[in-house]
Amino acid sequence: MKILVAVKRVIDYNVQIRVKEDGSGVHTDNVKMSTNPPDDNATEESVKLKESGKVKEIVAVTIGDDKAQETVRKALAVGADRGIHVKSDTYIEPLGIAKILKKVVEKEKPDMVFLGKQAIDDDCNQTGQMLAAMLNWPQATFSSKVTLKDKSMEIVREIDEGLETVEVNLPAVVTCDLRLNEPRYASLPNIMKAKKKPIDQMVAKDLGVDITNRVQQLKVEEPPKRKAGIKVANVAELVSKLKNEAKVI
Amino acid sequence: MSVLLIAEHNNKNLKPFTLNAITAASKIDPEVHVLVAGSGSESVAKEAAAVPLVKKVLHCDSLNYQNYLPENLAPLVTKHSEKYDHIVASANTFGKNFMPRVAAALDTSQVSDIIKVNSPDTFVRPIYAGNAFATVKSNDKKRCVTIRPTSFEPAPKTGGSAQIDKVDAADVPNFSKFVKREETKSERPELGTARIVVSGGRGLESGENFKLINDIADKLNAAVGASRAAVDAGYISNDHQVGQTGKVVVPDLYIAVGISGAIQHLAGMKESKIIVAINKDGEAPIFSIADYGLEADLFKALPEFLSELNKLNTIQK
Repeated sequence: MKILVAVKRVIDYNVQIRVKEDGSGVHTDNVKMSTNPPDDNATEESVKLKESGKVKEIVAVTIGDDKAQETVRKALAVGADRGIHVKSDTYIEPLGIAKILKKVVEKEKPDMVFLGKQAIDDDCNQTGQMLAAMLNWPQATFSSKVTLKDKSMEIVREIDEGLETVEVNLPAVVTCDLRLNEPRYASLPNIMKAKKKPIDQMVAKDLGVDITNRVQQLKVEEPPKRKAGIKVANVAELVSKLKNEAKVI
Repeated sequence: MSVLLIAEHNNKNLKPFTLNAITAASKIDPEVHVLVAGSGSESVAKEAAAVPLVKKVLHCDSLNYQNYLPENLAPLVTKHSEKYDHIVASANTFGKNFMPRVAAALDTSQVSDIIKVNSPDTFVRPIYAGNAFATVKSNDKKRCVTIRPTSFEPAPKTGGSAQIDKVDAADVPNFSKFVKREETKSERPELGTARIVVSGGRGLESGENFKLINDIADKLNAAVGASRAAVDAGYISNDHQVGQTGKVVVPDLYIAVGISGAIQHLAGMKESKIIVAINKDGEAPIFSIADYGLEADLFKALPEFLSELNKLNTIQK
C-alpha cells in the first residue's frame, strides 16, 4: 500500500506572532518557521505503518514557496521515500489546496492520504475533508488511533463528547490529532540521507485547477488586550476578591 | 435569500450550541431555516420549531443519519442547499467534520470559526490561535460558514412555532461505518457552556491529583478543564482539553491551576471574563493574562481554597 502525506510550512508554534501595523497580515520576516505540528503526526503515523510492513511507499507533498521544501525534507528525514513540491509563491485557500492535492492523488494513486487536522496559522480545519469530498472518499478526522486492516481502517476520533470509532473503506483521507503518536526526531545520518531522496517539482498554476481565492482578507488586527491584573498574597485574599470585587462566586 | 443551519443533536434533544449558531445565523439573514437530520428525531424537529428565530424546519429522518457520518450528511445538506445563500453550522467537532465536504461539493470557499457577523458576506475570525483577528469577505455566491458558538448568545428556546417540512433523504455512499461512541459522562456542567471552569495542567503531576481540581469544581458547580499537556500525559480524557485544538470556553470565571499558559492553551480561554492563575512559577506566561494571580504551590493552595470556599455563607450557582 501507498500513503501520501501532506505537510505545510507555518510559523513555529512557539512564536508569539506580531500583527503588521498596516493591517495587511502578520510579520513573517526573520520568524522561525517549521512544519505544522499535526502534520508531523501524519508523517509519523505513515512511517509507523511502513515499519509494520503493511505500507510499501510514503510520498510527502507540500504546496508553497521554495522554502516549503524544508517540510518535505523533514518528512524524508524521518522516513518518507520521496517528495513532491508544488510551487506557489502566493497564499492558496484550503479549497484550492484540496484541488491541487486531488491532482497529486490522481497521479500517485495512494491508498491513504494523511494530513494534520488543522494548520495552526489560518486555523481553518478544512483541507482533508474537502479533499475527501472531491475524491468521493471517506474520511476520518481528528484521529487519535489508526488500525489498518486489509481493505479498511478502524479509526478512533477525538470528538467534543469523548471518543468515536469509525471504520472507513480504503482509499480514505485521515486527518491527524496531536495525540495520535509522538513524532520522532530525525537522526543526523537520516537527515544526510534525506538530501539524496528525490523531490519532484510541479507548479500550482500549471495543474489546470481553479485556485483563485474567493475569500478576501480585508484586514488583520490585534485582539483587544486584557487589562493588567494583580497578584494576590494568599488564598483568603483571592476568595475575597472573587466574592466581593469580581462578584463571580 | 435565507440561511440553512444544520442542527447538532443527539436524536432526542438539540445540543445547546445549536442555539448559539441560530443567533449567529439570524445576524447573517433573519430567514433562518434549520435542517434536522437524524433517526427517530421527531422531538428534535419540534424543539427546533419552537425556537422563535427559526422560520422553518426541514426534517429528514433516516437510519443513515443516526450517527451524523459526514459521508452521509454532506450529500443531504448539498441536496437541500439550492435555495440558500448561506449554509451554517457550529465550529465544533460536529460542524468541522462535515461542512468542508459540503463546501467542496458546492465549490465554495468555507469561512471557518467566525466570531462576528459584519454583514452577510463579511465576517471576523480568529487566526494564529486567536492572536490576530482577520476580517474577511467571501466573494462566493453560496457561502459555507462555521460559527464559534461561545461568541454568540444562545437564542431563546420557546415561543416559536415554525412549520416542519419533511424532506427527502439523499443517496449514501456506503463506504464508512459508525462503530461506537464513548461519551464521558459527568454530573458537572458541560465544559463549553459552564459559568465557571476550573482547569488543571501538568503541574497536577498525576491523574489522581485531579481530585483537588474536581473538589473545587463541585463546590463551585463548575466544569473541569485541562491543558493539552495534562491530556497528553494521560491525567484526564481529551474532551476536557481547552485550547487551539481543543475547546474554546468563555466562562464568567476561569481558574487555571498548574498551567503555564502556552499560546495554544490561551487560545481556548483568554476571552473568559475573569481569569485566575495559580502557579508556583511567578514568571509563568499565564500570569500576564490573569486578573488575579496567586504564586503558590497548588498542593497547598487548593485545599486552602476549598476550606475558604466552605467558609462562605453563599456561593452563586
